[in-house]
Amino acid sequence: MGSEQESVPLLIEVKGLGKSFPGVRALDCVDLKLNKGEVLAVIGENGAGKSTLMKILAGVQPPDQGEIRIDGKTLQAVSVEAALDQGVVLIHQELNLASNLSVGANVFLGREPGQWGVINSKKIRVESRKFLDMIGLDVDPDTLVGDMPIGRQQMVEIAKALSVNARVLIMDEPTSSLSLAETENLFKVIKDLRKRGVSIIYISHRLGEVKELADRVTVLRDGENAGELAKGEIDHDAMVKLMVGREVAQLYERSRHEIGEVALSVEGLRTAAHPAHKLSFEVRAGEIVGVAGLVGAGRTEMMETLFGVSEPLAGEIRVHGGEALELKSPRDAIEAGMALVPEDRKSQGLILDMNVRENMSLASLDRDKKIAGILNKKAEARISQTMIEQMRIKTPNDEQVVRFLSGGNQQKVVVGKWLAMEPKVLLLDEPTRGIDIGAKQEIYALMEDLAKKGVAILFVSSEMEEVLGVADRVLVMHEGGISGELSRGELCEEAVMQLATGVV
Amino acid sequence: MNKILGITGLLAFVWLATWVFSDLLSDHQWSFLTAYNQENLLKRIALFAIISIGVAFVIITGGIDLSIGSVICLVGVGFPWLLMEKGWPLGLALPTVLLVAASIGLIHGLLITKLKLQPFVVTLCGLLIYRGISRGFTGDQTQGFQNSFKGLKLLATGKIPVTTEFGIPMPVVFMVIVAAAAAFFLNRTVYGRHLKALGNNEEAAKFSGINTDRMIISAYVICSSLAGLGGLLFVLDVNSAQPVDFGNFYELYAIAAAVLGGCSLRGGEGTILGVIIGTAVMRVLNNSINLIDWISKNIEFAVIGVVILVGVIVDELAKRMMARRRAELDKKKASVVSSRESGR
Repeated sequence: MGSEQESVPLLIEVKGLGKSFPGVRALDCVDLKLNKGEVLAVIGENGAGKSTLMKILAGVQPPDQGEIRIDGKTLQAVSVEAALDQGVVLIHQELNLASNLSVGANVFLGREPGQWGVINSKKIRVESRKFLDMIGLDVDPDTLVGDMPIGRQQMVEIAKALSVNARVLIMDEPTSSLSLAETENLFKVIKDLRKRGVSIIYISHRLGEVKELADRVTVLRDGENAGELAKGEIDHDAMVKLMVGREVAQLYERSRHEIGEVALSVEGLRTAAHPAHKLSFEVRAGEIVGVAGLVGAGRTEMMETLFGVSEPLAGEIRVHGGEALELKSPRDAIEAGMALVPEDRKSQGLILDMNVRENMSLASLDRDKKIAGILNKKAEARISQTMIEQMRIKTPNDEQVVRFLSGGNQQKVVVGKWLAMEPKVLLLDEPTRGIDIGAKQEIYALMEDLAKKGVAILFVSSEMEEVLGVADRVLVMHEGGISGELSRGELCEEAVMQLATGVV
Repeated sequence: MNKILGITGLLAFVWLATWVFSDLLSDHQWSFLTAYNQENLLKRIALFAIISIGVAFVIITGGIDLSIGSVICLVGVGFPWLLMEKGWPLGLALPTVLLVAASIGLIHGLLITKLKLQPFVVTLCGLLIYRGISRGFTGDQTQGFQNSFKGLKLLATGKIPVTTEFGIPMPVVFMVIVAAAAAFFLNRTVYGRHLKALGNNEEAAKFSGINTDRMIISAYVICSSLAGLGGLLFVLDVNSAQPVDFGNFYELYAIAAAVLGGCSLRGGEGTILGVIIGTAVMRVLNNSINLIDWISKNIEFAVIGVVILVGVIVDELAKRMMARRRAELDKKKASVVSSRESGR
């Protein structure tokens, strides 16, 4: 017991925590310490057990083994109420706000002041103002949450947490859907909260953020403690090494691939979301083109319009110099040889309650059908077997329901579904969002491989490293238009950022 | 598969209980386990199963059809009206009523997919509209075949003799054909797979290139067409129909049977076999209320409601128990592994 412990009082101590789910041991003898007023980053690949650990801390799930001590006292029953009593609040990746209610109503949701069930709206307005001021959120408490951008909605969550006297804020991937400016603002608030003595457990895949924010880093791997880094030891390589348990040689293995004729040509495309801008560009066979930009720059809208999800207002889209396509639905785009791996894997990419085989064959069933629409079960089994092997999907068999796969493996199923169609133009929207480093590497290798085979690849990414590392050429979008194009030689972070923020 | 076993168990229980209380423990003559009653029961099961299979298609897409009873009424009174009052030839009247039924489904489907109206609202309006139309053009008068069309009526009343007393009613033949076709469609064709996929996640299905609108419209057309076929057989069976209450509540019987048989109203789930057994449970219950003296006929709805509710509750509890048992098993396995590892 050194003097260190006295100077930074220990707030939470977790010992020997264990938790199993059907088929997985999510946590095994995990220890964790959190001091007052520190930002502790918890990192690890997907499936490492971060989310489970956080859910247990916040009382959402009970542990199978182990104990949690708060202020030196062992927590008896694990429940959300008990956690809240101790000031432990979890802010979910997907925000938990009622978008049809006002900011003030959300801050006081479940604890509305008033008498006989009549809400005292004035008090809500005045009281919530206090907490909004605390984090510098300049918004009228009467504003509907649904009318606010996502970054500000998150601030409302934080205000809500402060209103219950949170001592510990657990944030799960808080920046995954924030713009750059919103992220910066969030960091400011986090640093400010730390000064006020609030402890923060910060979970993120973005190691750059961790480096900027964290006082200490705890790394989990396969449900166990993999190591810890003190403030001075936090750097990118050290974190990656602990996460994957080995040295990563190179995330992006670039190889030379032949660039061929124009595979996708887009001329004067106007999307329904940003009708004022005309988009024109080309992607050649064997070329990997990145689309960078801030959230809300219209990248996803462009991809979805190219794929026929929403109809283009004007413009000509051609594949391999053919006729201008009339895109009324994804079917038209698929027929022309396009494929889209959508931004939101769970709601757009997968039928979560169907198994791996059924998901994998969903796009190709129609092509492979026998007479009178009878399923070609042989072709279906062959496709799923090939893809599982080729993409090294970790699944017990092809009957596994995809809901129970890890994010990386789920994403591989989505990609595999389209590879079965042998597309000429592959559109990828945030292909590595929320998947672990190992799976990321495999997706990049796959993109390289496809490019070598002459597939034209257009991919949207919000991760700068990824754009810089993978793309042969980058289109940068800003407020619905293409603000610039950077060739391999011109590519650097500053250039992309300038175009993305419209500084030039 | 577990679900089918469970509902089959429920069917066996209800059937046996009815037999015990209506026959074994009563002082009058046997009324339940008689060739006549069982034959009639089978016929009613078949008739209701046909419309329940129809609504199952809609439920699998995540939708609902509340208009079935009124479609049955429209066809049930419209068919004899065209033949007897208007003097249409059979060859014209029959395709006309079936076409009308199919068109109703087409309109429902178009409104739901193209105008994005909610299935509940569209088909609720349908329930009111088709009932009103039926009562309107018939002047609320009972429509029937009287003594004509004896041969045609055999489609519903005829039977394939098995013994001297017992035969398989013709509607059972229709049901088997419909069920076989429906099961084949759902399990063996691309379209069935597409239907289940979009019932689970319409957006992902669309992103996979499935023509979701066309599949949803097809489901409503199938549902209304089978309701039309049902209406035809129902009226042929009873010979006459009153516009004011013919087919009343049948949509609820059909939906209840589908749910009891394992369809989830959230969509994406359901089997044809389950729906048929679910229908059978409903019909045996109805039969038992009619036959057992000490159950008042007035409380039929309450009895059926309670049985369905209990069935759904038991199913949910069983599901949770299974999940818990699996979790415990995994935990045991995990602890065995970890103790082995620590022992090393």
